[in-house]
Amino acid sequence: MTTNATSIKAEKENKQNDLIVVRMEHLNKSFGNNHVLQDINLVMNKGENLVILGKSGTGKSVLIKSIVGLVEIDEGKLFILGQNISQLNDNELIEIRKKIGFLFQSAALYDSMTVRENLEFPLRRQLHTIPKDEMNSLVKEALLNVGLAETIDLWPSELSGGMRKRLGLARTLILKPEIMLYDEPTTGLDPITSKEISHLILEVQKKYNTSSIIITHDIACAKLIANRIIVLKDGICAAEGSYGDLKDSADAWTRSFFE
Amino acid sequence: MENTILENSPNEHLEAETIPESFSEPISDSVFNKFFLEVASLTSFTWRFFKEVFKPPYEFNELMKQSFLIGYKSLPLIGITGFIIGLVLTIQSRPTLAKFGAESWLPAMVAVSIIREIGPVITALIFAGKVGSGIGAELASMNVTEQIDAMQVSCTNPFKYLVVTRVLSATIMLPILIIFSDAIGLLGSFVGVNLKGNVSTYLFFSQIFQSLEFGDLAPAFIKTIFFGFAIGLIGSFKGYNSYKGTEGVGKAANSAVVFASLMVFIIDMIAVQITSLFQN
Ligand SMILES: Nc1ncnc2c1ncn2[C@@H]1O[C@H](COP(=O)(O)OP(=O)(O)OP(=O)(O)O)[C@@H](O)[C@H]1O
Ligand SMILES: [Mg+2]
Repeated sequence: MTTNATSIKAEKENKQNDLIVVRMEHLNKSFGNNHVLQDINLVMNKGENLVILGKSGTGKSVLIKSIVGLVEIDEGKLFILGQNISQLNDNELIEIRKKIGFLFQSAALYDSMTVRENLEFPLRRQLHTIPKDEMNSLVKEALLNVGLAETIDLWPSELSGGMRKRLGLARTLILKPEIMLYDEPTTGLDPITSKEISHLILEVQKKYNTSSIIITHDIACAKLIANRIIVLKDGICAAEGSYGDLKDSADAWTRSFFE
Repeated sequence: MENTILENSPNEHLEAETIPESFSEPISDSVFNKFFLEVASLTSFTWRFFKEVFKPPYEFNELMKQSFLIGYKSLPLIGITGFIIGLVLTIQSRPTLAKFGAESWLPAMVAVSIIREIGPVITALIFAGKVGSGIGAELASMNVTEQIDAMQVSCTNPFKYLVVTRVLSATIMLPILIIFSDAIGLLGSFVGVNLKGNVSTYLFFSQIFQSLEFGDLAPAFIKTIFFGFAIGLIGSFKGYNSYKGTEGVGKAANSAVVFASLMVFIIDMIAVQITSLFQN
């Protein structure tokens, strides 16, 4: 009877864990004397769009870079898809990272490759053997999604800032990752393109049941896509809630983001 | 500089503010420290190279691409300079040899100096200026614009993909370029000999091959491998570890050339010592 009860309990916990994609416990990160992240606790659920707000330089980029291992954390635990990252070996880490897409704040396009090669790079690298025509159709589809179909043979240096951002987005989405991390996807874009990108993020979420963290300063974008919002301040999570909650928050500082 | 201070961490700001203090320190001390830090990180970079170079997967396609870019694209420059060096050296040496009545030695003397010393060193210096700075600038700009991070996120080991391939290409291509440059240099010398006087192709080249020994060729060739390795490694080191700012790109390219050229002379000096050790 007792074994049965515990197994049911364990099963329940497992189910709950299945719904959690990323979990951070007491995460700390410093660069020298600069304590960027201080005791961050964060949970990201499956299929959720989690928006992170915060002033420039509060460590938003560092936070999501720690998820893909570009930044090594000093202290704390990080679970991705139920696995403790610090206990994995290199191959297991690679397997996990294959499931994560990352849109860089600067788009990070490869200057020495054409638009087509930029999109082919992650395909070649992660799928290794992929038939040529399949790759072609994936590339075309990805470009079509972000409205850049005609640029396929151009060089990144020939694209405008907004086009670069959209190409970066296409390159990240081409592998249809389970977890998407967007670092300021709409910054530097006009309101119309921003809105298009926001809709694209929503569409991706619905179509592939992707779980996403979106860093943004764009309140219109946050309003449109956020299931939940976290506000970072001085390396800690200062506020958390839905768009409506935070907009009418008792704390004036939090409210000031929405004005 | 001001811009990056604003953009980067408060840390750097602090450092910037304490600069006047560090001026009061003995300058030799900070230069000394910097030098040893640099040597230490270059050593660990080299160590990492040897660790990664033998570990699969091998980036064969990228290696071929880089060898093409590094080697083939340098051919015209190396060819032109090689020809001019052979020509000028011959013209300049003639009066001296004539003074001693040894004009007939001209082809042999020029050939020995080109193949032993001038061909390898000058070609390596040009290679450092073209390829070393190119690698430094390219990797530094990839670093600044987060392209290296993006590769890592795409499950690619950027060190293997970018650094190992470039260092290997430089190590393989420079010796080939130097052989090419030596050959064109001898051609230039042939032209120079025939500007005044008349020496047949057969006579010219038979004189050269009589004067050259295996003891000239082997050490000259072996040192070029080290030249290529050093230039590729230093260019990559400077680029890969550059500051994350736009001025980091220029700095990386610049210090790559300076450091790589210096390294060429140092290796040359060591090579001469070792060769003379064996010849005695
Ligand atoms: N590699 C690094 N080395 C040293 N300091 C760093 C590094 N990366 C980030 N920092 C510092 O960490 C802090 C947070 O940087 P981060 O890029 O996460 O800010 P952010 O919240 O993304 O700001 P923004 O909205 O402007 O993009 C900054 O003070 C920055 O200087
Ligand atoms: Mg940022």
